[in-house]
Amino acid sequence: MNEFNATHLDKIRDEISDSRKKQKTCITICGGTGCHAYGCLKVAEAFKEEIRKQKLQDSVEVRTTGCHGFCERGPIVVIQPEGIFYQRIKLSDINEVISETIINKKVINRLLYVDPRTNKEIILEKDVPFYKKQKRIVFSNNGFIDPTDIRDYIALGGYRALTKILFDMTSEEVIEEIKASGLRGRGGAGFLTGKKWEICRESNSHLKYVICNADEGDPGAYMDRSLLEGNPHSVIEGMIIGAYAIGASEGFIYVRMEYPLAVKNVTIALEQARKFGLLGKSILGSEFQFDIHIFKGAGAFVSGEETSLMASIEGRRAFPRQRPPFPAQEGLWGKPTNINNVETWANVPYIINNGAEWYSGIGTKGSKGTKIFSLVGKINNTGLVEVPMGMTLKEIIYAIGGGVKNHKKFKAVQTGGPSGGCIPADMLDLPIDFETLTKAGSMMGSGGMIVMDEDTCMVDVARYFLDFTQQESCGKCVPCRVGTRQLVEILTRITKGEGQEEDIDRLEDLARTIKAGSLCGLGQTAPNPVLTTLRYFKDEYEAHIRDKNCPALVCKELIIYHIEPQKCVGCLLCLKNCPVEAISGERKKVHVIDQDLCIKCGACFDVCPPKVQAVSKYTGKKRDRILQKPSEKRVQK
Amino acid sequence: MERERKEFMVDQRELIHILHEVQNHYGYIPPQAISQISRKLRISESEIFGVLTFYKAFTLHPRGEHLITICMGTACHVRGAPMILDEFKRKLGVEPGETTGDNQFTLETVNCVGACALGPIAIGDGEYHGQMKTRDVDKIIEDLKPKKGKSAKNE
Repeated sequence: MNEFNATHLDKIRDEISDSRKKQKTCITICGGTGCHAYGCLKVAEAFKEEIRKQKLQDSVEVRTTGCHGFCERGPIVVIQPEGIFYQRIKLSDINEVISETIINKKVINRLLYVDPRTNKEIILEKDVPFYKKQKRIVFSNNGFIDPTDIRDYIALGGYRALTKILFDMTSEEVIEEIKASGLRGRGGAGFLTGKKWEICRESNSHLKYVICNADEGDPGAYMDRSLLEGNPHSVIEGMIIGAYAIGASEGFIYVRMEYPLAVKNVTIALEQARKFGLLGKSILGSEFQFDIHIFKGAGAFVSGEETSLMASIEGRRAFPRQRPPFPAQEGLWGKPTNINNVETWANVPYIINNGAEWYSGIGTKGSKGTKIFSLVGKINNTGLVEVPMGMTLKEIIYAIGGGVKNHKKFKAVQTGGPSGGCIPADMLDLPIDFETLTKAGSMMGSGGMIVMDEDTCMVDVARYFLDFTQQESCGKCVPCRVGTRQLVEILTRITKGEGQEEDIDRLEDLARTIKAGSLCGLGQTAPNPVLTTLRYFKDEYEAHIRDKNCPALVCKELIIYHIEPQKCVGCLLCLKNCPVEAISGERKKVHVIDQDLCIKCGACFDVCPPKVQAVSKYTGKKRDRILQKPSEKRVQK
Repeated sequence: MERERKEFMVDQRELIHILHEVQNHYGYIPPQAISQISRKLRISESEIFGVLTFYKAFTLHPRGEHLITICMGTACHVRGAPMILDEFKRKLGVEPGETTGDNQFTLETVNCVGACALGPIAIGDGEYHGQMKTRDVDKIIEDLKPKKGKSAKNE
């Protein structure tokens, strides 16, 4: 018999909340992977050390929390309960934060976020434009919770939804509630979650499984990782609720191996959940039993496809298989299996707690609730944003993302990862939901949103994605295995300036064949980046093929670096930094690049001082004109 | 390896776990391990070979002393990751997945490490280097190399 029951859980919750109230101040430090890379752990340690030194432990708590989402400004420190938002904190700032803000209650202006549009300093986290326009539901607790301490989650009402369904709802009622909420799968395809659960529930078997798909492989998307790292219990609670509704007794969380912190935090969370009687036999004293195992992936993009993922858990190569039978009928080891994405599971407790009506009030007609996007690329505010479905691309990119980096011109936004497509500037007013994105030739995918500016070559981007899918194709279906390879070869040829007039037709033809002849989502969607770039940026393809011209000045074979004689001040900087000694010249004399030696690494372009900007890139006819000039030949040493 | 073997049940579902353990322990999957796993799990060696070569996590060759990983995620790509990779390739004289002749460096690429705000990113022995420029490549390699003075002293 489980010693923990629902009443115990409520008691624990009250106890924790009471003890927390006594804590006056809490310094929260973002502990997401982005901030880790900035060195947040050292910052957290230093804060703890200093608090100890000054003997403030009784009145001040230091907590490393889940990801705050504003990765651009890491390491992020938020001082609660006021919510004072400090960004880009360095070790040298720590003493001042403690003496000024913690003790003297004064804000340090230097560490505040400055709104680039108004040039005003913003004190509180909730007033920062990046957060202000978002609607954070699934992410709402990330910044308050220490993911390695279950009591933080419980104190904020965690596992209340579980108590509710275990004792007040039948499994049918749970499914009805989820169906009524209109929640759709957040992994890409957007199937109705409640419907999926129902099919699995109706499948006849004494053994059923639920799986959390955390094999987040889309490059540039990391919202699932942030949830697992930052608030693993919300995912676990969602899974227990789903298992109860379906009648499953065993669950798996399949995590990508590239996410070590997520693996660690989930493992800790599962142990703690077991200790608190939330997993295992007779959960919270009820008759329901269920446990979850963690499965570390081994680095294969295709294992994010549901049938491949199950093959991988079974210890085999991650090959997808024909559907039907659908996993809900015959899944893991032939048993009915329900598989949902991390974000989908994390939505479940919120729906149970607040009701289907509340949830379906958010979003658009066909797509309910919020969606987390990872806004990355050439954008000012890189980070994770949670917005209601139906927000326009423009709002996300400009109002939240702060617009394109370095005042460059916006060119396209890529959504849906390697299966998605590029959406051009004239479609920025598109309200985002499952249907509109598909209509535009792209897809929701897991929620990657990569912003591209005028310096991004769309042919190169298409080649990049096809190169990716070609390497990740499992090889089972010939059109995908061979077709993607052919696409890469044609695209590579075009980026090298060796494209042929018929290549565009060839690409379209091949793309259609691959889409029609592949078994799983990987092959069926792999040509999307080619098709959308051809649809919206055909002129760039034509420029590459006809004029040997890369308008974005990206494709190495089509560009040259050139030092403008009238601008060069002869500072020797580029000359010293050239790794192949292709630059000749003397101090105060104009430098010249030897085009035969130049490997186009771009070092000279990078180091030339912004005031001088003497190094330019040329393509097409201008390039040819410069190459004909005798001055470009190397001056003999 | 004996110890590792005992920890696992005899079942195909444990294969990937076991391979992870062996890879972590040795830094690669030695051929002897394949035959031992085959006997223990009653799976053919060819099946195991098929599984381990399918996944990127497992290698059949030991890695070098230092591991340099370049993030090739989309955000890093549009911010110039291919230029950074080219420079590492040129400086080290190896292709991604290969190890230098002196066994010092292994160069690898990864699809995305999800630290997109820092892109392009290079990771040298677990340390993140963000906003990389081609001229930063040299320093990362030099910093990882054993210090000449120090090693001389040790000898």
